[in-house]
Amino acid sequence: MITAASCARCLARPNLIIHLALNFEGIAMDTAIEVDDLVVERGKHPVLHGISTRIQRGVITGLLGPSGSGKTTLMRAIVGSQVVKAGDVRVFGYPAGSASLRHRVGYVTQSPSVYGDLTVGENVRYFASLYKYGATEAAAAIANVGLDGHEDQMVSTLSGGQRARASLACALVGQPDILVLDEPTVGLDPVLREELWRQFRALAEAGTTLLVSSHVMDEANRCDRLILIREGSVIADDAPGAIKTAADADDMDKAFLTLISAQGEKG
Amino acid sequence: MSAHILVATTGRILRQLRHDRRTIALLILMPTLLLTLLYFMYDGQEQAFNRIALIMLGVFPFIMMLLITSIAMLRERTSGTLERMFTTPVGKLDLLFAYGIAFGVAATVQAAVTALLAYWLLGLETAGSAGLVVLIAVANAVLGVALGLLCSAFARTEFQAVQFMPVVAAPQLFLCGLFVARPDMAGWLEGISNVMPLSYSVEALMEVGAHPSATGTMWRDLIIVLCVVVAALALGAATLRRRTP
Ligand SMILES: Nc1ncnc2c1ncn2[C@@H]1O[C@H](COP(=O)(O)OP(=O)(O)OP(=O)(O)O)[C@@H](O)[C@H]1O
Ligand SMILES: [Mg+2]
Repeated sequence: MITAASCARCLARPNLIIHLALNFEGIAMDTAIEVDDLVVERGKHPVLHGISTRIQRGVITGLLGPSGSGKTTLMRAIVGSQVVKAGDVRVFGYPAGSASLRHRVGYVTQSPSVYGDLTVGENVRYFASLYKYGATEAAAAIANVGLDGHEDQMVSTLSGGQRARASLACALVGQPDILVLDEPTVGLDPVLREELWRQFRALAEAGTTLLVSSHVMDEANRCDRLILIREGSVIADDAPGAIKTAADADDMDKAFLTLISAQGEKG
Repeated sequence: MSAHILVATTGRILRQLRHDRRTIALLILMPTLLLTLLYFMYDGQEQAFNRIALIMLGVFPFIMMLLITSIAMLRERTSGTLERMFTTPVGKLDLLFAYGIAFGVAATVQAAVTALLAYWLLGLETAGSAGLVVLIAVANAVLGVALGLLCSAFARTEFQAVQFMPVVAAPQLFLCGLFVARPDMAGWLEGISNVMPLSYSVEALMEVGAHPSATGTMWRDLIIVLCVVVAALALGAATLRRRTP
């Protein structure tokens, strides 16, 4: 199947408008991630029931849903670490987890995955070296998450929020084209959250695609698009404003509750 | 596999080890202390001490590296760093070889220190050179690393991982010729000992103990051990899953 996203020429020259017209699937050519009829079972229980969605390039997409709804599972399928039962997940046209994607996708797991028995600097420099970057880029990534001054501290002695930021720095340092962030701002104070979201926005403006899961509705408003999932199915997939309008609610919290409970009655 | 990733990962594992001072102290001092214990146990029985100490020079690195590696790999798995690693350009072989090289380096230091003290302080005597003894000890350590990596694929918890130590190490230790010479065993036991890699490294050590220069049997045994290492690493790579349920 030829889609715009799988067309190498399109990727190289995103201004080739003509491809839009030729694209019989009607997928915008700036699609970064395509998920089609994704079915995932975990521990014999179905967790994702045939999810389909498109994630646009260079924008921030928020992934929202109640605890246990399958946000982490979907993200794992996108980075290629989840065994999937059926369906298709493509990133830049390649099957998720392909070798050619591994230097382009950065993944920050929900619980920080950094080496506790190394210092912050050693952790970030290690991840930097995997992408052939050096100490300069590592120092910049550490400063970007506000951990400058903690370079020589062992990760095992960091506070929870600091450890989460160290984990984030390890993903930022690779300068990936896609950042998949699983609840990156949990446990952070409003000032830090504001600062990180400013950086997410700057990254998106520079062309990075971000997929961010969150529980905080204030953060949902900062996204360009939202995917709302409940019990493994997509119940809304639109811009935040459109979702609020559809739910006839004036704030995100209410829209979320309305949509979740409306779906609950239907199901 | 790529060279810069292998070098970076090996360096990272060695750095982790360097921060753990107590493990380093245990790694380096423990074999020497245990050999000293044997020295006093076999007070005056030089022949017996020479035989057992020589075998132990090969057995200690094997057991220690088996344990350390399976725990280290399990920690990568449970801390989520393994999952994360597999979303980066790091390949399975990069990771396995990095562990093999990093712990091989640690084992070389350990074997050199232990051999040095065994020869100088405890009066260990072998017909062949101490260098060959260290070489075989390092091969044994790498064997421990390779089997440890393989075992960790079957362990979900630390409890299970430490149980693999007796499961994998004890039969090899019993049947390697330390307690009963292999040809004196019942046929079926000798058969089992013939397929256990530790039997060959112990035989190689005993060759160094008995002959002034390296023998063909010793080299053959060493090659067998290295083949088992490669096979275990390949199996380890096959059991390491990029995607998990
Ligand atoms: N390893 C596993 N084995 C079996 N079931 C699992 C496993 N991991 C997750 N699950 C189940 O899969 C479902 C979805 O989990 P997932 O982690 O994707 O949820 P989530 O939306 O990320 O939740 P949260 O917001 O709490 O992080 C849950 O019901 C969970 O119990
Ligand atoms: Mg989650």
